Amino acid sequence: MATHPESGTTSMISLRGVSKTFDKTIHAVVDVDLEIAEGEVVVIVGPSGSGKSTVLRCINLLEVPTEGYVTVDGFELLDPKTDIDHVRAEVGMVFQQFNLFPHLTVIENITLAQRKVRGRSRSEAVEVAMGQLTRVGIPEKADAYPRQLSGGQQQRVAIARSLAMDPKVMLFDEPTSALDPEMVKEVLDVMLELAAGGMTMVVVTHEMGFAKAAADRLVFIDEGVIVEIGLPEEVFSNPKHDRTRAFFDKILY
Amino acid sequence: MIGEVATKSSRHRAEGTARVRDEKPWWDTFPWWGVFIAGVLAWMAFQIRTQDDYALAWERIIPGLSLTLVATIEAFAIALLLGLTAGMGQLSRNIVVRNVARTYVEFIRGIPMLPLIFTVALILVPETSDYVNQRLDAWFGVTYKLSFQMRATVTLALIYGAYMAEIFRGGIQSIPPGQSEAGRSLGLTRRQTMRSVVLPQAMRAIIPPLGNDFIAILKDTSLLSVLGVLEITQRGRQFSASTFKFREGYFVVSFIYLCLTLGLSLLLGVLERRMTRDRKGER
Ligand SMILES: Nc1ncnc2c1ncn2[C@@H]1O[C@H](COP(=O)(O)OP(=O)(O)OP(=O)(O)O)[C@@H](O)[C@H]1O
Ligand SMILES: [Mg+2]
Repeated sequence: MATHPESGTTSMISLRGVSKTFDKTIHAVVDVDLEIAEGEVVVIVGPSGSGKSTVLRCINLLEVPTEGYVTVDGFELLDPKTDIDHVRAEVGMVFQQFNLFPHLTVIENITLAQRKVRGRSRSEAVEVAMGQLTRVGIPEKADAYPRQLSGGQQQRVAIARSLAMDPKVMLFDEPTSALDPEMVKEVLDVMLELAAGGMTMVVVTHEMGFAKAAADRLVFIDEGVIVEIGLPEEVFSNPKHDRTRAFFDKILY
Repeated sequence: MIGEVATKSSRHRAEGTARVRDEKPWWDTFPWWGVFIAGVLAWMAFQIRTQDDYALAWERIIPGLSLTLVATIEAFAIALLLGLTAGMGQLSRNIVVRNVARTYVEFIRGIPMLPLIFTVALILVPETSDYVNQRLDAWFGVTYKLSFQMRATVTLALIYGAYMAEIFRGGIQSIPPGQSEAGRSLGLTRRQTMRSVVLPQAMRAIIPPLGNDFIAILKDTSLLSVLGVLEITQRGRQFSASTFKFREGYFVVSFIYLCLTLGLSLLLGVLERRMTRDRKGER
């Protein structure tokens, strides 16, 4: 780990030799090593199908790696003794398609896991939820159903839903890719604020503005392999590998 | 807020109907079949009220109504439990559970109802209860006896449980995987995710076909007559056989079933329309 900014401190997230193979033949992720310190923001980029989502999903075990070790906040995820539900409560995840619960109102979406997992009372959960809704800027939508919200509002509710669990880590899988252009900023602003507040974040995104502004490190993945990793400016203004250069030539004009 | 949405969408619907009327004459979309069936039912009711033979048949047969209804509700309730269990069982991670559930569903669905009722009522239940009673008698000094009505009801439930398992499985599988992924990544357990996230959404796909099964069970309780259970059909058979008034007997039997099933499907239609209206565009 050449460019680890705070080598010596223990990592919040640690991937060691992680590989994921689907159907015995599709090598989605190949031997990935990645140490992420507490409070660090890491942005992952790469071509479509390169394994970005799979890497991210290995961090909360939505995908179980076929090989390697994953540690989050000191918990060895692949150890059968580890209570994965307990770890997941500490790891928020935001999806490209929002995945709000359509049969519940915004406030119910945000209080469900607080009450069932954190064991908070209704009033306590509602208070936390309203706090997070205010933080993402839409407290007035508390009683709306997801279908009544714009995409940008839905994604902000999804972020609030994760944050209400007081997670130690937040994972974002292309959180703005399904949004109309005019709504991208409102979501990125929330994420920037979160990064500034010291949240440990792993973000798959092609928003290079966000990477420049918030990322401590940029990871470029291709064909399941980490090709290049470093400070964002360095990676995209001075890529060391042809594959990286070719990729950025395509997405940056 | 919900009320607001509901009125808004019903206004849209009203406009929609108006547009259809502009394009097609009203008699083209009018439910004439409903008028026809209502007419037939009214005529049947009139016969029963005014003619002595029909009145007699009615008097003899209608006491079976409660048995029919009780058997329907009991069979439906048990089938619901079996169906939910077997439906979720087929989606279980556990290979044994999965295969037991699948075997039950495929086995039951492959046998016609009548032979299955005889097999369960006349062979399976007596033989297992003989054995169980022996044990019970030896250990606790008690025995039990399962009435023919209960045996037939359980058989009906076994059969419809298998059909419902497929309904539950399909309903659960119709929910996009992102929903349970969102639930699980919030730290909810598999069970909690199923209960609070997947099942409530799946119910929308599940309730209408379950309603149809309720009506189907109601009609199939007539098969209980082969075991001599005194429900509507059996009473009709007895009346007809003892008086040779077959026309009156079966006329009244059909009338009662028609009233029940048509009434229930009307109710179901209202329920479905309300569900689609309240939840319109939810996803
Ligand atoms: N559940 C799965 N079963 C089989 N193959 C899969 C599965 N999930 C992902 N893959 C394959 O693994 C590879 C990596 O997929 P992944 O979704 O991680 O890529 P990605 O970088 O996130 O792509 P995108 O930018 O399109 O989201 C792809 O070839 C994909 O087809
Ligand atoms: Mg992806």
